This record gives sequence, C-alpha cells and structure tokens, in this order.
Amino acid sequence: MGATHLPSTEFDGTAVDDQLEAEAEAAMGEPPAQMVQLLGPDGTLGTDPVYTHYAEKLDPEKLRGLFADMAAIRRFDVEATALQRQGQLALWVPLTGQEAAQIGSGRASQPQDYIFPTYREHGVALTRNVDLAELLRQFRGVSNGGWNPKDTNFHLYTLVLAAQTLHAVGYAMGIQRDQKSAAASDPVRTEPPAAVMAYFGDGASSEGDVHESMVFAASYNAPVVFFCQNNHWAISVPSTVQTRIPLSNRAKGYGFPGIRVDGNDVVAVHAVTEWALDHARQGKGPVLIEAFTYRVGAHTTADDPTKYRQSAEEDSWRAKDPLARLEKYLRAEGLADDAFFAKVKADGDELAAYVRRTTHDLETPDIRTAFANTYVEAHPLVAEELAWFEEYSAGFAGEETAGQAETEAGN
Amino acid sequence: MTTMTIAKAINEGLRAALTNNPKSLLMGEDIGPLGGVYRVTDGLIAEFGPDRVVDTPLAESGIIGTAIGLALRGYSPVCEIQFDGFVFPGFNQITTQLAKMHARSNGNLTVPVVIRIPYGGGIGSVEHHSESPEALFAHTAGLRIITPSNPHDAYWMIQQAVECQDPVIVFEPKRRYWLKGEVDVAAAGTAEDPFKAHVLREGTDATIVAYGPLVPVALAAANAAAEDGRSVEVIDLRSISPIDFDTVEASVKKTGRLVVAHEAPTFGGIGGEIAARISERAFLSLEAPVIRVGGFHMPYPVAKVEEDYLPDIDRILEALDRALAY
Repeated sequence: MGATHLPSTEFDGTAVDDQLEAEAEAAMGEPPAQMVQLLGPDGTLGTDPVYTHYAEKLDPEKLRGLFADMAAIRRFDVEATALQRQGQLALWVPLTGQEAAQIGSGRASQPQDYIFPTYREHGVALTRNVDLAELLRQFRGVSNGGWNPKDTNFHLYTLVLAAQTLHAVGYAMGIQRDQKSAAASDPVRTEPPAAVMAYFGDGASSEGDVHESMVFAASYNAPVVFFCQNNHWAISVPSTVQTRIPLSNRAKGYGFPGIRVDGNDVVAVHAVTEWALDHARQGKGPVLIEAFTYRVGAHTTADDPTKYRQSAEEDSWRAKDPLARLEKYLRAEGLADDAFFAKVKADGDELAAYVRRTTHDLETPDIRTAFANTYVEAHPLVAEELAWFEEYSAGFAGEETAGQAETEAGN
Repeated sequence: MTTMTIAKAINEGLRAALTNNPKSLLMGEDIGPLGGVYRVTDGLIAEFGPDRVVDTPLAESGIIGTAIGLALRGYSPVCEIQFDGFVFPGFNQITTQLAKMHARSNGNLTVPVVIRIPYGGGIGSVEHHSESPEALFAHTAGLRIITPSNPHDAYWMIQQAVECQDPVIVFEPKRRYWLKGEVDVAAAGTAEDPFKAHVLREGTDATIVAYGPLVPVALAAANAAAEDGRSVEVIDLRSISPIDFDTVEASVKKTGRLVVAHEAPTFGGIGGEIAARISERAFLSLEAPVIRVGGFHMPYPVAKVEEDYLPDIDRILEALDRALAY
C-alpha cells in the first residue's frame, strides 16, 4: 500500500502541471519565474538571453569533461552502494539523478572559492579533487570528517540540516574583511576574488538556519551563492510540503536574485552557477540557485522509496536523465565518439576498483585520536580520562596475548 | 592598579583584545552604537568600526553560525548573547557544530569562537532574563566555560578566552556588572590560568565552592560563620569546564567538609558533578556528605519571589550547619 499523497510532479516552470503553477501564481500574485534550461532532455541546445553567453564558454573538451565527471560519479555511486550492501560501509547516501546539478555547479567554482556541502555532494567533492576513497571514511565509520578541507576548500559534510549555510555566510563575511584589508595594504591586488557556495536541499529549506543565513547574507551583501538542490523528496516527504512556491522565488523576499535552473541540464547549471559566482565575487551580493532535479534512488541505503512514491514518477524523471541528454548532444554534434564513451566507462570501472580496494584498507582509528582531538589545548579532564583508559587497557594486555596464542594454536 | 566595575573591565578587556588581535571581532544584537543592553561594548564601534563591532540581525543561531564560518576563515569572533535565556535558538549551532568541529575534522580545523552570556538572576527582570544554563553546556565536550566573579578576572579572562584556540563560553554575572574592584591591567603575561580555581579565603572547618554571582555571597557567609567561630575556606571555581578538581580536592582534604553553591538548579547541576568527583577523590577525608545549595527544580520564578529562589547567605549557612553537624 502506498502513501495517501503521491504528487506525480511539482510546478516546474514548464507548464507541465498547470494546477500547481496556478496555485503558486495565486500565492505570489505573479507567475513563477521560468526555469532556465539550455540542454533539453532530447539533447538539443536552446538559448537564453543571459546564460547562453556563459554556456558558450564550454568548449567541446569541457563538455566532454562534464560528461566524464558525471559518468565517474555515477559509477562511484553504484560502487559505494554495492560496498554498503556487502557490509563494507555502514550507510550510503546515493546521488544518482543529481549528477548535473553537482558536477555543473562544482565545475563552475574556482580554486579560491570555498564550498560548504551537505552530505550528498559526492559529485561536487569530485570537482574539488577530494579523494573519493577518503570521502567514504565517514560512511565506513572510521571518521566523522575524512579529508582536510584546507587542501581543497571543500568543507566537511554537515549532517545537521542547514547548519552549514550559516557557516558559509560567516566564511563569506571573512572573505569580505580579508579583501578590505588586502586592498588597504596593497592597492594593486593580485589575489583573485573569492566566493562561497552553500549546498542544501528542498527539505533543509524549511530549517530556520536557511532563513537566518539568507538574512545575514543580504544584510552584509556577503559573497555567497546558495545552491539548493530540489530533488523533490526529503526522505519520504514531497517538496510540496516544504513550499507552495518555487524555492527560488524566496530570494525575492530577502532582496537578492533567485534562479530556478533545470538541475538535470549540466550546461545550464554550469552557466547559471558561473554567473552567480561572478556576481558574488564582484561584490554584488548573494544569489539563490534552485536546481530542479530528482533523487532517482533512495534517500540512503536504509530507505525504501516504494513506501511513499510511485515508480511512474521515477520513470518520468529517468527520461530527463542528465547523462543521456549530454551524450545525445555530444554524439549529434560529432563532439564525442564511441571510443570516448568506451574510455569513460573504462575510467569509471578503474575508479570503482580503486575505491573498492582502498575502502577495505581504510584504517580504523585509535580512540586515542578522539581524546587528542576533542580540544586544541591541554584539558585536565581529557588527560585524566585518557590516563584511566590507558591503565584499564593495560590490564587486558596479557589476555590479548593469551587469546592470540590460542588462535594461533588452533590454526 | 585601576578601580573599575566588572562591566567596564570586560569593556576594557575587549578593547585590549581588539587592539592586540587584528583577527578578533565582536558580533551581537545592539552591541554597536548602543553599546549593548548592559553597555559592555560601549564606545567600541566608534574606535574599531562596524567591520569589527558588528550589529547583527536579531538571530542567535545566525550569530553563532556565522561566527563559526568567520573562525574557519581565520577570525576570532566574540559573540554577545543578550540574555541567558536567549541562547537557546543558538544551542544547536553551539552543541552540534562549534563544540564538535575540531573533533569532526580530526584536528585539522579550529574554531576559536568566544560566546559571552550575561547570566543569573537577582535583577527583578521578566522571564528568560535570569537563568543559569551553564550545566547544559558543560555537558558538551569540546566547549570551555569560564565565569569571572570580579573585575580583575573579568578583564583578563575575556582576553584569555579570545586567545584560546578552543571555543569558550564566558558566563558573565550580570547582577555583579556594577561591582567595583581593583584591576591590575599591567599583569600581562603573568595573568593567571583562567581554568584554575582560586582559594579566596583560607579556613579549616569547611569549604564553600562557588562561582560567578554567588562568590560574594559565599564570602559573606564565610565571614558570618567566622563570627560563630567557624573557619570556612572559600573557593572561586572560575572555570566550569574544565573544573579544577585538584584545588577543590586539596581544600576538602584539609577541611573535610564541602558545600557547593550556584544559582542554577541543583538537580543535574555543576554541584552534583563536584560532589561526585570529590567523593571519589577524597572519600576518606570527608566528614560529611557534600551539600549542594542552588535553585529549585522549577522554571526560574517570577521576579517578586526570586529572593526565595536564589541562594543567599542564610541558605549557605544552613548548608554549612548541616555539614558541620556530622
């Protein structure tokens, strides 16, 4: 038996569902903004008065790169799901369906930008050169972080929804101050301006921290891009429970631009994000991007979407697949051949093999590192408890050796 | 030596921090031109400008959350929460993010954020303006919690909090903001460890441990007990997390009796933690059970009856009598 509310779609700015759009218009007193789309599901490239300029910067090599990235992260997703099923990971958070939203936005960022992800941004992590095996530490239960954000300007995953949106705004406020003092000490600046990008989802959009982050960002005109992946489902609750208007329209209430982009169109996502980051870097303030996409898989490997949504809905979104449409375009335009796609597949398998091999080897930490990392500076209680733990553990030293001897004897 | 109030001492301490640490900045509600509702930041925006003394939107989670982001960028933010009972909208950011960021990052990231919270009752105010929520934060690993009881400590401890690489919550005894005392502003470098307790008054018959607003009350109770021929030692705890159990233990091993006093409710409070630890460390020296004096298990009561709620000299003396009766 299914759930009682099973929306087949949501207002998507493309007049697919007239009733929902009419409701949104009635709620807002004006029609919802049209969704930016450049590369349609049929693989044909359209135009946009603002964003075509940015899309044109994507030469064939970059387009092939975007495809390769999307294919790599989808392969990684399949591998991580398998590793969870095999008991190698405690949990996995699949991203399938959201490759264009993540690769397109991540590839639009520059090295000096700083990214605050939520916990599903494996594709963005790839664009920031995070070692994907390290990314699995958290899901294997050997770290609550896994990588050093200072190496890649890609912050740790944040599991308390929306908490990171405020961190992003604060970080952007820091960038503003750094730029002011740099300009004061050296008028001929060489440092490229930087912006911050904060990821969150349609579910998290209901959290108070998203509201507060947008208020702070607007008040201080902070260089931050809010990147909301509306994947339609907050575990089992549809996005219509979170909002009665397109989420991008909320930006208007805070006084900065809001753009709804087809989140399965990597060309449009890249163009819109590049525009938004430029806007922020130029000191023009925050932007909200709503990438309209779909979580094709489960919320996590512990979730069962058949309990709350219909497979027909999933099928309708599979028809909008981000990889398929770019492949169609690349083939139709003669920008990529069979050899390219075969190479992409082989690279994906190699990545999967690397991840599988490395996951098995991910080192289990010693609890002493937890004692060491609770505080930066010396702490008497931590020291006392560690000393007790050492003494207590030492009491078992003989038993361990005995146990080992028994095992060896048994062998 | 200069004489000043606790409020002025914190003001001067913040001025010194802003001068000495170019990455430090203040954030909070009404801390700019108004100088804060208690005027603790009076005059600082004129001196350091709006980029370093930041009037924020009225949103406590926003204040703490953006402070974390600034800290990740290399800044040392000092947040003011206007009143104790208003910290709770920021509780999530403090306990799930600020306290855990260093551990989560395996030591790679530090978030040296300071949170100033005026706390405690006795000012005849409305609901949410008189609470003592320190135990709720002390239970969270990753945070440090200190509370000065006099102007000298107030001046130095706020500066030491800013320099500390761990997150520090400074609970400021708001009803003592106008308490005057000597401040040795030239003690730089020799200022005492903010996480150590101070023995303020030596004694041999019993020990009173207090902190923040109850320190003067504890001293007065000890003086009253002295008139009855009782020699009572008084310890100003100063740090609530970590707690300097060594100093308390040494005192109890000498006196054999311990009374712990705080405004916060006794149930689940700091006094219980001290009683448990001292029972373990000094069991054979104790002549009586550790006795707690504190608030009752109720929401902080209305102003007209807060005198019946707050521990005073007589409540501490009654506890001393009970301890000494064993």
